[in-house]
Amino acid sequence: MAKSPESEHPIKAYGYAARDTSGVLSPFTFSRRATGDKDVRFKILYCGICHSDLHFAKNEWGMSTYPILPGHEIVGVVTEVGTKVEKFKVGDNVGVGCLVGSCGSCQSCANDLESYCPKQILTYGFPYHDGTYTYGGYSDHMVADEHFVLRWPENLPLDSGAPLLCAGITTYSPLRYFGLDKPGMKVGVVGLGGLGHVAVKFAKAFGAEVTVLSTSPAKKQEALEGLKADHFIVSKDPEQMQSAANSLDGIIDTVSASHPIEPLLSVLKPAGKLVFVGVPEKPIEISTYSLIMGRKIVTGSATGGLKETQEMLDFAAKHGVTADIELIPMDYVNAAMDRVLKSDVRYRFVIDVANTLKAP
Amino acid sequence: MASSPESEHPIKAYGYAARDTSGLLSPLTFSRRATGEKDVRFKVLYCGICHSDLHFAKNEWGFTKYPVTPGHEIVGVVTEVGSKVEKFKIGDKVGVGCLVGSCRSCQSCASDYEQDCVKQVFTYGVPNFDGTQTYGGYSDHMVSDEHFVLRWPENLPLDSGVPLLCAGITVYSPLKYFGLDKPGTKVGVVGLGGLGHVAVKMAKAFGAEVTVFSTTPDKEKDAIEGLKADNFINSKDEHQMEAARGTLDGIIDTVSGNHPTAPLLNALTPHGKLVLVGAPEKPLEVAAFSLIMGRKTIAGSNIGGIKETQEMLDFAAEHGITADIEIIHIDYVNTAMERLLKSDVRYRFVIDVGNSIKAE
Repeated sequence: MAKSPESEHPIKAYGYAARDTSGVLSPFTFSRRATGDKDVRFKILYCGICHSDLHFAKNEWGMSTYPILPGHEIVGVVTEVGTKVEKFKVGDNVGVGCLVGSCGSCQSCANDLESYCPKQILTYGFPYHDGTYTYGGYSDHMVADEHFVLRWPENLPLDSGAPLLCAGITTYSPLRYFGLDKPGMKVGVVGLGGLGHVAVKFAKAFGAEVTVLSTSPAKKQEALEGLKADHFIVSKDPEQMQSAANSLDGIIDTVSASHPIEPLLSVLKPAGKLVFVGVPEKPIEISTYSLIMGRKIVTGSATGGLKETQEMLDFAAKHGVTADIELIPMDYVNAAMDRVLKSDVRYRFVIDVANTLKAP
Repeated sequence: MASSPESEHPIKAYGYAARDTSGLLSPLTFSRRATGEKDVRFKVLYCGICHSDLHFAKNEWGFTKYPVTPGHEIVGVVTEVGSKVEKFKIGDKVGVGCLVGSCRSCQSCASDYEQDCVKQVFTYGVPNFDGTQTYGGYSDHMVSDEHFVLRWPENLPLDSGVPLLCAGITVYSPLKYFGLDKPGTKVGVVGLGGLGHVAVKMAKAFGAEVTVFSTTPDKEKDAIEGLKADNFINSKDEHQMEAARGTLDGIIDTVSGNHPTAPLLNALTPHGKLVLVGAPEKPLEVAAFSLIMGRKTIAGSNIGGIKETQEMLDFAAEHGITADIEIIHIDYVNTAMERLLKSDVRYRFVIDVGNSIKAE
């Protein structure tokens, strides 16, 4: 007889989960495995709300197995470590991001690129090595293999740093990999939301000259004054786009709504790079002429490996990069999800888990 | 009063030109400038027929000005050099490819990427800096600025080497730029025509393991035995395409007919690159997800700079790379164009200009 979430593991846990495609979250009692040799167990302090949480909760990607307990921007304090754990001890502040497992032996894993492992295990909603489903950070505590636990840098705030575990690595990784991290690089960021605002901050920290491209003229002030972007362009204005023609070394496109990309290609210099980190649902249309004349590339990037995520956190701590957040109690989570859908947040909700998630 | 092609320059020239969108070529008497200080003048010996010649002759790209004398795979022997020419002397064998001019001052030109210069001048069919039209290699002689003239390597055959000036550089450049030139790299080549067959030869010379994708099953023998490709896949066979999933570091796609991109992206390993050198008319439709999950890249490439073209010729000479050609007399050219349209050539026509284009 199949075990229930509550009985399949020996240690009780509780959190908020979605039961069906409405995506509405409600209190949920489940269980987590005992602390294995290489496991780190920690009490969750904060968890960021990522738009992916909403996609998963509503089964928009067709791979959700309910109940879904989201959350992959998780920060906490260690309560127990396995006998073979070397990097952490009780009392340490730690983080867990989007992955809790991978095969460990493929080319990607061997190169510290676990986020490209074909057998990667997502922090929530995926079958783990033992066949049970993973549950994320909207919960009281977590247990994770040491390899997938991040050391939390001393001077990085726990609450406003939590979103870096997904939004941060998602934008940091392509800036580095595609060589857009050199001082003086001209970098565009499309969309000013959870991903976009962090992309601007990282790019500025790398010394880039940053142009924000947005469909909302109203975001100009916050882009230039709040986030210290250098330029702001309304992407639907052909004149503004024309004036920026052939000017950017690269563009990080964070927008998940469908949008035309030809105008973005025209703003790239020869050999420029358009990097998708948001996931438009409809196929993107690319005219081959735009790629061939000027050797431009269109590519994508998905979070990042563990080594790089640690590097990103240390970089963020050093340069004072954190997310702009709205801290909320656990029971506000459904209202928060509704607001995420309307992009009504500047720019990431973070759940104050430890102080507001009540034991059943 | 506007000068005619025959009178606009002081030196008589003879060739074949298209007069209208039928693309039919017939004898044309025109003229070329006197040999300037930095010019190299040469008698044309051979000229390859590139599919672009056909596109241009029929005004398929919309910017042809008639009459147009095509031909941008041109080899010949120097008859005169200007007083400031340093690299060539009378009697030298030389080549001219797709470009005869660029601004020489922009970032692209300064980096030896003249093909990215927004003021580049094509070898035929466009206005040169003096306002007169350029005329290509289906003609008795040419005059070109030294910078755009290639030194012909000693042991590279003139006739079968000449298609390298367009087809060769068009595939050599992306193999190098996208890092697909390391021994052991797994490279796919889509389409086995003028570009494709040279791509296989270049990739093999770099030490790659080469897989040919073709919709023509009877090209398999040619691919494996003739061109020494390692694998051959019928791209219309779903099972074969599925078996190729996740196996290739890069793909050079030479096909200009519309064809689906998704199966080719599937064939790439994570971080793999799909490079278009053919130019399908319809925009590509790509799911952003397929780029993001696997950090895959879609790119384009267009010929190469002059420095790189010279490097390519020297590489070809060293490794014995030439095109598979069918030599024709100039008065066969219209028939050749028709056969080209049906891909009925293995794999490039080369016009024996020296022996067949005479003054009238």
